[in-house]
Amino acid sequence: MGSYLRPTALGQALEALGEGPRTIVAGGTDHYPARVGRQIDEDVLDISALRELRGIADTRKQVRIGALTTWSDLVRAPLPAWFDGLKQAAREVGGLQVQNAGTLCGNVCNASPAADGVPSLLALDARVELSARDRVRELPLSEFITGNRRTQRGHDELVTALILPKPGKGARSTFLKLGARKYMVISIVMVAGVLVPGRGGKIADLRVAVGACSEVAQRLSALEADLTGRPMAAALAKPEHLAPLGPIDDIRGTAAYRRDAALTLVRRALARLMIAP
Amino acid sequence: MKRESRTVEFALNGAAVSAAVDPGSRLSEVLREDLGLKGTKVGCEAGDCGACTVLLDGEQVCACMVPAGQVAGRDVTTVEGLTAKGALNALQQAFHRHGAAQCGICTPGMLMAASDLLRRNAKPNRRAVMDALGGVLCRCTGYRKIVEAVLDVAKAQAPPVDPPAGAAVGARLAKVDGEGKLTGVEAFGDDVAPRDALLLRVARAPHARARFVIGALDRLYADHPGLLRVLTADDVPGNNGFGIYPHIKDQPVLAEDRVRYRGEAVLALVGEAAAIRAIPEEEIPIVWRPQEAVAGIESALAPDAPAVQEDKPDNVLTRGRLVKGDVDAGFAAADHVVEGAWQTGFVEHAYIEPEAGFARRVGDRIEVTVTTQAPYMDRDETAQVLGIAPEQVRIVPSACGGGFGGKLDVSVQPLLALAAWLTGRPVRCAYTRPESMASSTKRHPARITARAGCTGEGEITAFRFHGDFNTGAYASWGPTVADRVPVHCTGPYFVPNVAASSTAVLTNEPPAGAFRGFGVPQAALAHEALMDMMAEQAGIDPIEFRIKNALAAGLETATGQRLEASVGLVDCLEKVQPYWEDWRTAAVMRNAVKKTVKRGVGVGCMWYGCGNTSISNPSTMTVGVSRDGRVTLYNGAVDIGQGANTVMIQICADALGVPAGIVGYIMGDTDRTADAGKSSASRQTFVSGKAAELAGADLRAQILRLTNAGPKAIIEIGKRRITVRDGADRHEIDLAALPELEAGDVLRGSGTFDPPTTKLDENGQGVPYGTYGFAAQIAEVEVDVDLGTVKVRRMVAAHDVGRAINPVQVEGQIHGGIAQGLGLALMEEYLPGRTENLHDYLIPTVGDIPEIEVIIVEDPEPLGPYGAKGIGEPALIPTAPAILGAIYQATGLRMTRLPVTPDRLRAAILAHEKDGGNG
Repeated sequence: MGSYLRPTALGQALEALGEGPRTIVAGGTDHYPARVGRQIDEDVLDISALRELRGIADTRKQVRIGALTTWSDLVRAPLPAWFDGLKQAAREVGGLQVQNAGTLCGNVCNASPAADGVPSLLALDARVELSARDRVRELPLSEFITGNRRTQRGHDELVTALILPKPGKGARSTFLKLGARKYMVISIVMVAGVLVPGRGGKIADLRVAVGACSEVAQRLSALEADLTGRPMAAALAKPEHLAPLGPIDDIRGTAAYRRDAALTLVRRALARLMIAP
Repeated sequence: MKRESRTVEFALNGAAVSAAVDPGSRLSEVLREDLGLKGTKVGCEAGDCGACTVLLDGEQVCACMVPAGQVAGRDVTTVEGLTAKGALNALQQAFHRHGAAQCGICTPGMLMAASDLLRRNAKPNRRAVMDALGGVLCRCTGYRKIVEAVLDVAKAQAPPVDPPAGAAVGARLAKVDGEGKLTGVEAFGDDVAPRDALLLRVARAPHARARFVIGALDRLYADHPGLLRVLTADDVPGNNGFGIYPHIKDQPVLAEDRVRYRGEAVLALVGEAAAIRAIPEEEIPIVWRPQEAVAGIESALAPDAPAVQEDKPDNVLTRGRLVKGDVDAGFAAADHVVEGAWQTGFVEHAYIEPEAGFARRVGDRIEVTVTTQAPYMDRDETAQVLGIAPEQVRIVPSACGGGFGGKLDVSVQPLLALAAWLTGRPVRCAYTRPESMASSTKRHPARITARAGCTGEGEITAFRFHGDFNTGAYASWGPTVADRVPVHCTGPYFVPNVAASSTAVLTNEPPAGAFRGFGVPQAALAHEALMDMMAEQAGIDPIEFRIKNALAAGLETATGQRLEASVGLVDCLEKVQPYWEDWRTAAVMRNAVKKTVKRGVGVGCMWYGCGNTSISNPSTMTVGVSRDGRVTLYNGAVDIGQGANTVMIQICADALGVPAGIVGYIMGDTDRTADAGKSSASRQTFVSGKAAELAGADLRAQILRLTNAGPKAIIEIGKRRITVRDGADRHEIDLAALPELEAGDVLRGSGTFDPPTTKLDENGQGVPYGTYGFAAQIAEVEVDVDLGTVKVRRMVAAHDVGRAINPVQVEGQIHGGIAQGLGLALMEEYLPGRTENLHDYLIPTVGDIPEIEVIIVEDPEPLGPYGAKGIGEPALIPTAPAILGAIYQATGLRMTRLPVTPDRLRAAILAHEKDGGNG
């Protein structure tokens, strides 16, 4: 028979995790769908009462998104333009019910290849803060997610925040999602991009990530390298830029289609980014 | 085992609640089971459908994904919290006015999602409403009326006035059963069991074809003391088989030693709810020996294919055939001959309410309260399984949260009856979403080839058709599809020479059964594409071509039936024609400048026979007046959301000559209502409606006879007396003075109607239906040619319904049919084992539905009640053909495999470009 803990202080939560593994529940939007028609009786750590983990904090160099921050919290928060892409992703997560309950950190921990938040977070160079009773560490998101539903989180660790370093001045971002219907749809392809415009219409910094086209969403480093320093007007993606992707055939689309659509979406994302708002 | 309970205190609908609950259980379960608030519905337990939407601190969330422990100290509002002192609030009133609830199962979720929006934004625009409702699925309404209702809340409206006597038919009467659907009071299949009911859980086949052995059960009983009974095939006292046809009971209630599809029922666990839920699947001792399964029509018809059913070695369940004229001569006379091949997949009904109900034994009788479309068929089926007389079985339909053909076959009925019969205790069961999807019937996948020819002037001379239909592992409605398709395969056109055939093929896949249209939507893909192709070759506008060849009164159908009246197809086509011309021209002009997003406009027509094909399908209705002046319609026509309760009352009230508002009803209880057949085949308004008219007229005649009044007399039914005014004369009937006839009634009228049909001969010739519905729909789409995505922007739907008994309901049926047709065209395909949930199997959301203009054409049917005929299935049939036609104008591609998913369309576009097509 499992136990259900809902501590009100982070220390208590980390103590509990230190004593043995538990299923961690925040918004519940991945937990319950994975247990349809089953008796739910495992040991659970419900972190929803850890108030200190909710909210978005802006420090001088970075922005910290607490583990309980929901998609709706993000959408409603007054944030600079470089959050626009992440906000667009937030608006396309499930229905509003899921956006109201589900958290960004939960999305990252669930590590679905089609996680809606991950491409934007990768493009923002997000870092994951992991806390245990005796230590705190940070990992780049790209290292944290190791595969389909696999992460580097230890059994005694809790993801307590996502940390986003501030990009350069004037940074802007975008997000495109392709699905077979409007609302509540698992992506066939997602593309997120962050652009820091430089002087003279040149690209000072560019980061592009593609989701649902490989086990873990991927940054397109060759594309980023090719275009950085180039004029914004000449920002063209080529098929070879998609080399890091390894799409599969599934019920939502063929691998060939994903590759083709990803190129289209990357081009569209670049076009959007290059137009000054 | 369940976790230990913990006391959780929170505010529920404004009142403080303290409940001892498992903090890790779903809030939906706590609300429904622990606190008894059944207004919050459960459709998927996975956040995919939104039926369980409640407000948590004022924000919409899915109660199925909220841990009960998380509501401590917070505010929870459910649908029960919307009404103040039993009165509907402004949002609920708007839903009621607009007919925004059809079956009502998604309604609580929709209301809560809208409440969240309206709390933040009192005057939202359409976009905001769609965003707010985007997380709630509805399978009935096509969402249009729901969005209109939410947009309309801010406007103060006078409450609807009930029409006076004689004016109910044609009135936009609000649903007579609407309020309960808006307050959460309406009881669906999983809302009806008593608290002490045992739970039944079915163990199902994980393999598509396998032998199995059930091992010793002592260990299972010993480890799970709450498990009271394990039911297997050996426990079935009567016939361990069910099926639609009296001579084909081929599907076992519980499999005996082999299974023929993934999801087939093998055994049932019955006992205390918590104990039954806690039994891990792997502890159930079934030893499997999987075998090579037959998947798809092609494998089934291969010469060396294993037999799905041992007595059908060729895997052919049945064949249909139709021959009229001389098809070879017809093609010889043609100047243009076109042909094609089409393919569709399994389509899931995806009613938001899974199969559910409860049964109890009462002496030597069994009572099953269940969500169903066919109470009398359920009764007879259950009786033969238990080996008892049909009169020993009582079926009480609960409210039905969507059917669309999928609740015509029994599901939980025989299992619950068996369990209650053997244990003597009330037993309940509700399928989980994956279980519902794996086990229930589907739309038949079709493989169609067809050919048609016309003269240079565009007169059709010949039509040849063959369709193979994958009927899955068991017969279900397979023979119906095989019969109905050849009859309809030419489409609603006059064709002198026809050769058509169909085959229902058995495979190790889910039984394909009845789904809104019985194979006709698949056939319509072929005939409508052929019409477009012939029109193009003959150089005639597609609508003109259809008008030229349209069936009309006086013409013969492919079965040789001479249509006498109510053939409104040309009228429908002429009604959509002005839109067609404007939209087509606008698309051409726009496409000349837009390179990526192309527009196109297409047309689809249909015809559909109302009622069973060439077999008797009578309905009987009774209307009574009690000693205290209550008027009751004993209505056996189950309301599955389509509005039968309301429409039957409108018809009966006018026939009787009293206001509809005074007529109450009892729906579908086999102990209290006569057999009005099943709610399928678009037959209830036409067949049962006629019976309701006859019943009303019969009661009226009796009242007039008792008072010796003339036919134009006015009847007023008061508390204890009936007053009849005939010109200056006034008569009274003292109800108290009359002897009781039955169930408190002192007067009763009844009516029976069976549409006139004849058997079809060996060439498929005869009169299969009493009347047909006709329609033309046009669709405008936008195709993103670089991504292969299709957005349907707007549609016009003109339907000849004979007479719209209730225009709101007719519009609702058309909106909902279009939504399902859009799903069929663009996104829906059920793959066994891979799409057994509502996030991998996609149905349209509020954001996918186009603007829809409904044009009601009324070419009266002399046989129907006040001229009416059916609309349920006709609404869906033309939609996919219209969308495919529109994709053709946008891209130059005739898509022949459904659904046209983005990857399929993009692949076709790329192949077309490679071939040098100009897109």
